[in-house]
Amino acid sequence: MNYLSDTEIKNLEAKANDIRQSVIEMLVAAGSGHTAGPLDMADIFALLYFNILKHDPKNPAWEERDRLVLSAGHICPVLYAAMAHAEYFPVEELVTLRKYGSRLQGHPHRETLPGLETSSGPLGSGLSQAVGMALAERMDNPYTSKFVYCITGDGELQEGQIWEAAMLAGKEQLHNLVVIVDRNAIQIDGYTKDVMPLESLRDKFESFNFDVQEVDGHNIRMVNDAIGKAQSVYGQPSVIIAHTISSKGVDVFERDFRWHGNPPGKGPEDRIPKGEQAEVALEKLRTLGGMIIPSDS
Amino acid sequence: MFASHLDKRICTPDVEKVPNRNGYGEGLKEAGERDKNVVALCADLTGSTRTNIFADAFPDRFVQCGIAEQNMASVASGMAAMGKVPFIAGYAMFSPGRSWEQVRTTIAYNNANVKIIGAHAGVSVGPDGATHQAIEDIAIMRVIPNMVVIAPCDSIEAKKATLAAAKYEGPVYIRLARDKTPVVTTEDSPFEIGKAEIFLEKDQTHEKTIGIIVTGILAHHALSAAKTLNEEGMGVSVMHMATIKPLDTKKLDSFVLEHTVIVTVEEHQVAGGLGSAIAEHVSATNPKRIVRIGVEDSFGQSGEPEELISNYGMDTDSILEKIRNIEYEK
Repeated sequence: MNYLSDTEIKNLEAKANDIRQSVIEMLVAAGSGHTAGPLDMADIFALLYFNILKHDPKNPAWEERDRLVLSAGHICPVLYAAMAHAEYFPVEELVTLRKYGSRLQGHPHRETLPGLETSSGPLGSGLSQAVGMALAERMDNPYTSKFVYCITGDGELQEGQIWEAAMLAGKEQLHNLVVIVDRNAIQIDGYTKDVMPLESLRDKFESFNFDVQEVDGHNIRMVNDAIGKAQSVYGQPSVIIAHTISSKGVDVFERDFRWHGNPPGKGPEDRIPKGEQAEVALEKLRTLGGMIIPSDS
Repeated sequence: MFASHLDKRICTPDVEKVPNRNGYGEGLKEAGERDKNVVALCADLTGSTRTNIFADAFPDRFVQCGIAEQNMASVASGMAAMGKVPFIAGYAMFSPGRSWEQVRTTIAYNNANVKIIGAHAGVSVGPDGATHQAIEDIAIMRVIPNMVVIAPCDSIEAKKATLAAAKYEGPVYIRLARDKTPVVTTEDSPFEIGKAEIFLEKDQTHEKTIGIIVTGILAHHALSAAKTLNEEGMGVSVMHMATIKPLDTKKLDSFVLEHTVIVTVEEHQVAGGLGSAIAEHVSATNPKRIVRIGVEDSFGQSGEPEELISNYGMDTDSILEKIRNIEYEK
C-alpha cells in the first residue's frame, strides 16, 4: 500500500482545489455542462492522477499504463481538468470545453484527445468497456498488476448494462478491475432515493462477487488506503463506494440536486439564483473558504 | 453467362446446401490460428452461431457473456482497446438489434476493431417467428459511421468475409442466415471487402435490359430467375453486392449504365437496406428506374424458410413475376 505523508496529502488537496477552480472556469466558459459530479469527484481525480495511476502524460499510449475509464462521461470536466493539470495538454485549452472544434467534447471522445481511454456518456457502457480491458489484460497476463479503474456515477447504476457488466466481472474474478462509485446521492430529477432507490449497494455488489469498500470520498487518505486494499484483492473485482457531497467545495451548490446538470450562473431563473455565483465559487476555492488570501491577489 | 468461378451445380438439383453461419465458424477458427489476438465472445448462442468451433480450439480466448448482448458489445470494445480483435456473435435481432446504441457509441464512435456477427437474420429463420427475424439490421448498421456491412451469399463467402474482417482494421458487421442455402461460389471466387462481383452477365444483343443487384443468401434466387429470363430471350445480369457499405460505386456506376432497369433483391425491409443504398447513390449520379424486392413494411411470421421467402415475394418465382411485369418507358 502506498502510504501518504501529511505533506503529500496537503499537496493532493491543493491539486484538488486547482481542479475545482478549473472545473468552474470551464463550465462558465462553456455555458453548459454538469457541476455537481465534477466538483465532488475532484479529490478522487487528484488522488488518481497524482498518486495512483501508472501513466506517462508525455506518452499517453504507453502500453504499461493503467487504464482509467470514466463511465459517467458527463462529469468529464473533472477528467479534463485533472489531465490538464497532469500535463497531458495545456491548462489553457480547458476553456474550449464544449466549443466547436474542441478536443474537449461535451462528453469524452477517445478519437480526439490522447490520454482518453474511451468515449463515454451513454451511461452504463463504460463499466462494460473496463471489464473488457481487464479481461483482455488478464488473458495475456494472468497475474497482472496493471489496473483498470472505472469511475461510475450512482444514478448510472440504474442502467441494466451495469449489472450485466458486474455479472461478467464477478464471474471472471477480475482482480485487476477497481470500480469507484461517486455516491453523491443525486441525479438530474432529484435524489436517487426518490428517483430510483439504489440501496443496498453493498449487498448488490457483494452478491455479484465484488469486494466492497465504503469510504468518505473527500478523505484522500481514506480513498488512497481503500484503493491500496482493492489492489491487493485477488479472485474478485473491487468496488469502492465513495460517499461524496454533491458539488463539494462550493458550499452554495452542495447537496442540491439541481446543480447536477446546470453550470454556474446558468440555472433556471425560478429555481437557482443567478448573478455572480461563479465568481463567488472561485473566490471561495482560491481562498479555501476565506481562510487564506491568495498570493496573487 | 455465369461467372466462371461460380459452382457449376448452381440452378440444378445437385447444388450443395449449407448454412452460411458454418463458414463463419470455420473462418473464425482459421483467423484464430493466424492471429493470436483474435478472440470470440458469445451471448449463450455458441452452437447456433458456430462460435463453438473457435471456443473448442481456443478456450482461453473465448468469453461466454451470457444473455447480455449490450454488455457483450461494450466488453468487446474494451478488449479491442487492449489490442484484441474481438468477434461478437448473437442473433441479429439482439446483436446488433438490442445492442444498437452500444455498437454505435462504444464500437463505431471509438472506431474499435470489433467484428459483429448477426446470425439468424431474415425471415428464413423460419418457425421462430417475427420476434427472431431481423429484417431491419442492414438499415440500422449502414447508417453508423465507420461501420462496414457485409451480407455473404453462402458459406464459402462467409468464411472469406470472416477472414477478411479479421484482417480489416475497424468495425465490421457480417449478416448471416440460419437456413441451409445453396453454395453459389467456390474457393476460386474473388472476395474483397467493398467489392461487388458480377455473377451473371447478359449477352450484348438486347435493347431493354435488367440489372439485378442482390445481397446475401438470395443470390441463388436472383441467379435462377435471371437464368430463366435469359433463356426466354431477355437480357438480365446479376451483380452480387456482398458489401453493402461501403458501396462499390465504381462497379455500380458502370452496371447501372449498362442496364435499362435496376432490380434490387434482399432478405430485408425494402426501406433502408441494399435497395435504399443503391437508390441513394443512383439518384445522385445516373438516375434510373429501380425496382426494390424485399419485405415491404411488414413483420415476418412463423413458417418454413422457403415458404416465407416465397410468401414475402423474394423467391425465384416472385422475382420472375416482378421483372416480367416491369413496364418500360416508351
